[in-house]
Amino acid sequence: MIAIIDYGVGNLFSLQQSLKKIGAKSKITSQKNEIERADRLILPGVGAFGDAAEKLRQSGLDVVIKEQCNSGKPLLGICLGMQLLFERSFEYGEHRGLGIIKGEILPLKDYVTDLKIPHMGWNSLKFVDDNPLFKNISQGDYVYFVHSFFAKCGEGLSATTDYGFDVTAAVRKNNVYGVQFHPEKSGKTGLKILRAFNEV
Amino acid sequence: MLAKRIIPCLDVRNGRVVKGKNFSGLSDVDDPVALASRYSESGADELVFYDITASSEGRALFCDVLSAVASCVFIPLTVGGGINSLNDFDRVLKCGADKVSVNSGAIANPELISEAAKRYGNQCVVLSMDVKLTDGGYKIFSHGGRIQTELDAVEWAKFGENSGAGEIVVNSIDTDGVKKGFDLPLLNKICDVVNIPVVASGGAGSINDFIKLFKTTKVDAGLGASVFHFNEFTIEKLKKELRSNNIEVRL
Repeated sequence: MIAIIDYGVGNLFSLQQSLKKIGAKSKITSQKNEIERADRLILPGVGAFGDAAEKLRQSGLDVVIKEQCNSGKPLLGICLGMQLLFERSFEYGEHRGLGIIKGEILPLKDYVTDLKIPHMGWNSLKFVDDNPLFKNISQGDYVYFVHSFFAKCGEGLSATTDYGFDVTAAVRKNNVYGVQFHPEKSGKTGLKILRAFNEV
Repeated sequence: MLAKRIIPCLDVRNGRVVKGKNFSGLSDVDDPVALASRYSESGADELVFYDITASSEGRALFCDVLSAVASCVFIPLTVGGGINSLNDFDRVLKCGADKVSVNSGAIANPELISEAAKRYGNQCVVLSMDVKLTDGGYKIFSHGGRIQTELDAVEWAKFGENSGAGEIVVNSIDTDGVKKGFDLPLLNKICDVVNIPVVASGGAGSINDFIKLFKTTKVDAGLGASVFHFNEFTIEKLKKELRSNNIEVRL
């Protein structure tokens, strides 16, 4: 069973439907005991970093997530959920993240000059390191991105995408995975990535 | 590199997809779920659903259709039509929409754009505008293109971006349903003043229209309805032609 961690941000309908499509059982939950019982965790997220980080801390889910990661349970952070894995973010102020992966979140607008923000649409993946999530897909496959901030990785970079520069698309540190794009919105390629996560 | 997007647009009335010419003269076309699946298989990058029913029964039916589509099609879904309040945003987001487009609702209450952007994020809010060239320049029309407003299209686009819209859909009333090509002068004007993605709508009739669109404007996506509904060419064929013209697409 995959626990989709619900901390009050974002819309989880599509994510749950896409997991159903690949035959994975999932449950949207904010309960500590359910998260502990799950085989895998997904940390979703759409919205603002500061707000989301605060909600995780207030609910105590930050501690639960870190404990579960340390225990070796596979965790996948999606979009803002990936960004939250890092140490801090400079999205409208400075905010502390979960600090599971070294690195920080910065505004795209400071790095690209003549490209539109948000980086929204289908962009292709460039693999830079092994990642079991990619076992069923190929370099150059397109996935769907929507974001205005990006992760500057201090470790764990496994794929990038070209948006004026090499933007972090996926990270991995041991059993902790993160993707900047939305696998649940990336058609067949996205479903293949979710299936691979369900098999790690 | 970011791919140019091809987006089929589905007008839904009482649970069926319909298509008209110049915003009127509707005819029944297809079952939305079947059509959405077919488009996704054929390479659509995104789907837009406009709810063109006014009744509350129609609204409920639309939400059922949307949930059914979101349960089997895993690409971004944008929803528009009848979005006048944050409650309307909530209603369609819960059924699986990823982006919500506001049109007349934002004209009546411009604050709706910033309020929705604050609550759901910029990426969720699409400003859809119906534009027609008048003696006074490009003007915004409301209520499905029936009522002219005093709003200037370029100013309205800028206002939308500043208020937090994450994307703009430009529907040209002049070229809609005529299938003689997109409104390139209008699109260029809008692209010149905003730095968020712009989606071109109205006028797609041939593959060449899309090539011209992406070669001569900075738009991020092209919307089509009848060309796809009536199978004049498939999205796959369109994308292959675009790629052979050095336009980046997802194949």
